[in-house]
Amino acid sequence: MIQVSEKCVGCGKCTTVCPFGALSLVNRKAVPSAACTMCGACVSQCPVKALSLPAAGAAKKDLSAYKGVWVFIEISDNGQMQSVRPVGFELLSKGRELANQLGEELCAVIIGNNLQPYFAELSQYGTDKIYAVEGPAYARYNTAAYANAMVTLIKKYLPSVVLYPSTYIGRDLSPRISSELFVGLTADCTGLSIKEGNLIQTRPAFGGNIMADIKCPDYRPQMSTVRPNVFKKVVTTPGRMAIIVKEAVAVSPQAAKVRIISTQMNPPASGMKLDEAEVVIAGGRGMKNKAGFDLLETLAGELGGAVGASRAAIDLGLKPKEQQVGQSGVTVSAKLYVACGISGAVQHVVGMEHSDVIIGINKDANAPIFNVCKYGLVGDASQILPRILEQIKANKK
Amino acid sequence: MNIIVCIKQVPDSTQVKVDPKTGTLIRAGVPSILNPYDHFALERALEIKAKTGAKITLLSMGPNQATAVLRLGLALGADEGVLLSDRAFAGSDTWATSYALATAVKKIGQYDLILCGQMAIDGDTAQTGPGIAYHLGIPQITFCESIDANGNQIVVKKLIEGGHQILEADLPVLVTMTMPVDYAAKYPSFLAAHKAQDKTIHVWTAADIGADPNKLGLNGSPTRVDRIFPPPARQKGEMFSGSAAELANKFIEILKKESVLK
Repeated sequence: MIQVSEKCVGCGKCTTVCPFGALSLVNRKAVPSAACTMCGACVSQCPVKALSLPAAGAAKKDLSAYKGVWVFIEISDNGQMQSVRPVGFELLSKGRELANQLGEELCAVIIGNNLQPYFAELSQYGTDKIYAVEGPAYARYNTAAYANAMVTLIKKYLPSVVLYPSTYIGRDLSPRISSELFVGLTADCTGLSIKEGNLIQTRPAFGGNIMADIKCPDYRPQMSTVRPNVFKKVVTTPGRMAIIVKEAVAVSPQAAKVRIISTQMNPPASGMKLDEAEVVIAGGRGMKNKAGFDLLETLAGELGGAVGASRAAIDLGLKPKEQQVGQSGVTVSAKLYVACGISGAVQHVVGMEHSDVIIGINKDANAPIFNVCKYGLVGDASQILPRILEQIKANKK
Repeated sequence: MNIIVCIKQVPDSTQVKVDPKTGTLIRAGVPSILNPYDHFALERALEIKAKTGAKITLLSMGPNQATAVLRLGLALGADEGVLLSDRAFAGSDTWATSYALATAVKKIGQYDLILCGQMAIDGDTAQTGPGIAYHLGIPQITFCESIDANGNQIVVKKLIEGGHQILEADLPVLVTMTMPVDYAAKYPSFLAAHKAQDKTIHVWTAADIGADPNKLGLNGSPTRVDRIFPPPARQKGEMFSGSAAELANKFIEILKKESVLK
């Protein structure tokens, strides 16, 4: 449980910030209950510094040798053509900012076969160095092989920060590495910055309850995953070539225990891809059922857009997970975003708030979604949408 | 064949409401359920059991109330349950959690296949499964839609960006399962639940599994919360109310004003 020192003045501030309602005032002193998970959220909120986590047993290590910001570059492979997945450029762009704040270098790490064609493009984002692990055995992603290559490089060069895309590959690879290195890993960050030499990893936390800044002050490297489209890619060093460092890493014997039999890509989607769409029509629990989502599909078709869904709608099975907009889903920055029957939990908002024009339709005038909308319509979307569709059809004639 | 299925009790997110003032989720009074991805993974384990006669051991970590999800799993057809419960586990992030679970797996001893849900719906990290696999020194395959086990191998269908792969792996291996959109979880009959009352649930402490105290709870958790804060306040935009027809007109007007429609 969280520890309360005699400094406590019984102001009660901590009782309002605890995400689990585990703190209460007894005889004008804060007292934690069994519900305390030791998340530490209250520690920084106490005005008199009376709260602390029980002291960690391990002695502090000297971390000064860890320097540099690394980005794991994922190669997308549809079976015919290979290219760098764009999220890699987004992470390099953010990594450049972090490296500038730290006064350290930015490095890309790329693993695969025949990597030469990627070096020039990877260099444009302010990249100082590219570490490349090459060989036929690395041609396709394999957890054990790639994790071993990354761990070998990290142990040799001691970076301070390592960023991974929050893709199927990034989410498979990064926890394997953090487990081996005994370091922290923060999933699906929506913001990254540097404070007092530490990486501050911002994300909605406690089930999307509230925003949290996560840090790993006593461990290096500090590692995070970030969804595609969360950061913008910015070319800062056009024409420059980074220093290429080729590293030979023997393939882990465990790699052979998992074998690819076949790879199949989905046929190109009939509709627009959600993360590329200029118009996104999204629905939440308020759309109630499949019929409600059919209305959204029709409107999206008319406006040349894609359909998205909130976490609540995904959990109700109204749409597949790939169409989830939000922190743990797709991040969009559309020209027009229409949120229908979506209450507006922060988990959802962080995935769509950078859209140009946001229109909210919700029965509840107090729904938090209206706080991010340019236009708010208070009403039942399943009643309003059919009439909108009639008008659009009439308009065409 | 021995299968271990890792399960977690989580708040039912479909019942969580949003606080209109702060935009945050209200968790109080929300019922607890078996994490749906774990539920799906357990059902796949039961299919393998039906085919090969495997033994299924359930493993969970949490407070005593978490025995409820172990009881549910036993009623569905698992053979035995293990709950890790000890204040020493409090404050665990995914590193310490996967270390504790892997240490418990070693105490269980016999295993060929470990199945997990791809993630818990209250944390969404998808890190614990790969962490367990690392601590056991076995391979992992994550985000699988289906699994078939025969003899010393498994074959899975795994999601990749924009498609899927068929993979085969030697045992022992850890597999995390995703679930299809139209997945409807199965629940046991009253009779099955009643019969399962006699099945054993072991409750183990940190000392029982012989875990290193320097890798448990806060000591085993590199991540710390620096601060928490409410989502940034924003300006409300223009608000409109009226009949459905009036609001539809307003919507068309807005699309024209914003040059989405001509």
